[in-house]
Amino acid sequence: MAAAEFDIPEIKDDIEIPKLREGVMAHAKTFMAAKPVQDFMGYPHELGEDWKERALDKMGDLLGKYRSLKVFMDACVHCGACTDKCHYYLGTSDPKNMPVARQDLMRQVYRRYFTTAGKLFPKLVGAKDLTRDILDDWYSYYYQCSECRRCSVFCPYGIDTAEITMAGREILNHVGMGQKYSNEILSKVHKIGNNLGLPGPALEDTLEGLEEDIEADTGVAVKMPLDVKGAEVLLVTPSADFFSEPHVESLIGYAKVFHAAGISWTLSTHASEAGNFGLFNGNYENMRKVAMRIRDAALELGVKRIVVGECGHAWRVAYSFWNTLTGIGYGGNDPFSIELQKQLDPTYPQPQHICELTNDLIKSGKIKVDPSLNDDLIVTYHDSCNVARASRMGTEPGGQFIIPRELIKSVVNNFHDMADDTIGESTFCCGGGGGLLTDDLMEVRVKGALPRATALNNVVKEHQVNFMAMICAICKAQFTKVLPKYGFDMSMVGGVHQLVSKAIKLD
Amino acid sequence: MIYAGMFYVATLLLVTGLVYKIFDYSRTPAPLKIPTTPAPTTQKGVVYRMAKEVVLFESLFKSNKWIWVFGWLFHFGLFLVLARHLRYFTEPVWFWVGIVQPFGKYASIMMVIGLTGLLARRFLVDRVRYISTPSDYLMLVLLIAIGLSGMLMTFVVHTDIVALKAFFLGLMYFDVQPVPQDPILLVHLAMVLLLMVIFPISKLLHAPGLFFSPTRNQVDNPREHRHLAAWAARLDQKN
Repeated sequence: MAAAEFDIPEIKDDIEIPKLREGVMAHAKTFMAAKPVQDFMGYPHELGEDWKERALDKMGDLLGKYRSLKVFMDACVHCGACTDKCHYYLGTSDPKNMPVARQDLMRQVYRRYFTTAGKLFPKLVGAKDLTRDILDDWYSYYYQCSECRRCSVFCPYGIDTAEITMAGREILNHVGMGQKYSNEILSKVHKIGNNLGLPGPALEDTLEGLEEDIEADTGVAVKMPLDVKGAEVLLVTPSADFFSEPHVESLIGYAKVFHAAGISWTLSTHASEAGNFGLFNGNYENMRKVAMRIRDAALELGVKRIVVGECGHAWRVAYSFWNTLTGIGYGGNDPFSIELQKQLDPTYPQPQHICELTNDLIKSGKIKVDPSLNDDLIVTYHDSCNVARASRMGTEPGGQFIIPRELIKSVVNNFHDMADDTIGESTFCCGGGGGLLTDDLMEVRVKGALPRATALNNVVKEHQVNFMAMICAICKAQFTKVLPKYGFDMSMVGGVHQLVSKAIKLD
Repeated sequence: MIYAGMFYVATLLLVTGLVYKIFDYSRTPAPLKIPTTPAPTTQKGVVYRMAKEVVLFESLFKSNKWIWVFGWLFHFGLFLVLARHLRYFTEPVWFWVGIVQPFGKYASIMMVIGLTGLLARRFLVDRVRYISTPSDYLMLVLLIAIGLSGMLMTFVVHTDIVALKAFFLGLMYFDVQPVPQDPILLVHLAMVLLLMVIFPISKLLHAPGLFFSPTRNQVDNPREHRHLAAWAARLDQKN
């Protein structure tokens, strides 16, 4: 189990672009999924004789289904604009972690089998036969990408390496090289309803325990309702919120917000997971199947609104894809989506982010807060990649940066942003997103967090920041584990609603 | 005669190749909303975003000022040079093509400086050197050679442009005329022919590709509008 020892990078004054060191991360290989998991997911569990044909067939299939993949394979001119943009390259200096080089792992094969130039003059255009070595490179380096899309901001053609990583992983799945971590999580959510495999009764117990804690702490009976038919709001939140620290502090915050605003709400055992690892593996059907649980729960419980808790990739899937996958949204003109959309209250965004909801309530005076209760904290905010570059909040572009900051500033008095080129659309991934939040990738995770740790270190030195707020379950889990390796205290890490929870006035 | 034939063949390959690629891009669905956000929330906004990408290379500007300067000098120079060349294909020469003549003449210098800068980066920056394939160098060398041979005829050894224009107008009206037998011109034209042929099978596809890039051309309105690809819509029916 113990991964190989590795050196923790040193935090410098600025984020530095390292010189190339070829192959230094080739050894990083995430554990492969075993037979039962692959069987359940409908994938082979080992390479068959025909792995090459299977890989190329799947690649052709994906090229026909996804315009993004097809255009991105063709359009790159190797200009180099992306080469210094990936946190994994900055943290590891392995050139195959440069976005363009990661793309080229697939592009070399695409050119060889799917383009005229690559069929005729492979050497000239860098086209290569698909070999076992290349497949191993894919497995190694497509699991050193967190699909954070930072490179796509800077590419003159908008090439998004995440789309290529997703396709690469899906091809790997189809030849029998699935990732243990992601595929086990997907099996759990398909079987039980959440990534942690937490069954209904356990969830009920946990919520009751939390209700007692809140009452003991505040003297107010704040409820955490479960499976309540006819509630106004269905809250879908990452299952880590139910028992991980510091996640659970945000869950308590959501409950207090609903209580203070007098909004009837419920959680669902069937849809006890906002996260959707189907996104990471580039499998539309899988992602849809996971998302369908939320639609089913919404129909079953008859809720009028669907609100999503603090989770970055979940918000991407919810905001950008739920309407497409499940009809949660507006504007559907087909029976499938109308069935749900006629039930939802059109005066609210569907789905709505918990930060949109809480910020509106504070601004309209429906809930009261006292920011001085957070005066022990000097706060900064980490924009999570999927929220920043793959979603929105509010009605204006960029609302995903403004609304969480507005909300934080209404509940704390001391706030300082990190450097401009490390937040907003240029934000650095935590290093653990996209299916990499597993101990067998610890080296990749620690090194990938270097740019963020550097930016954080600068506001700690300059403004004595002692709390980094965020709205992502993966970011929270990653940072509490990884930042201590850089000498930060793990209690610096927490959710935005953890701050709301401290400042909110109940009754 | 040979050049006339080659121009017909190259034009045919260029046009059919590009038409096929554009057809192929348009028929391939984009099943999910994946604009890189913050993104425009209206179609008009998308046109504006795309215009900034095409004209100003906005994303590249954010990314790397050196690549941006060289890339923009090259592309804008090329644009003016091409506009200037329209005088060989129009009779009478269009008004604006007349105006652009002196600019197009000196734009060739911009173009070659830009290309040389891009080529230098391929040798000098270790990250760019690592990702460069032989075709990446050769493409730049080809473009520089086209630019230099053209400049040679513009600024140093003039060629018979009256006969050249007769040749091109002849091609356009299927009344084939002899190509002037000037070695520099013949080399210049041969390299242009090569560029035309490889355009639709090379990374030069970034030109049409940009317009089809879902991260740039999609409207950010997934909550308000249900976006559904045909192959994905079939899944709804099974429920």
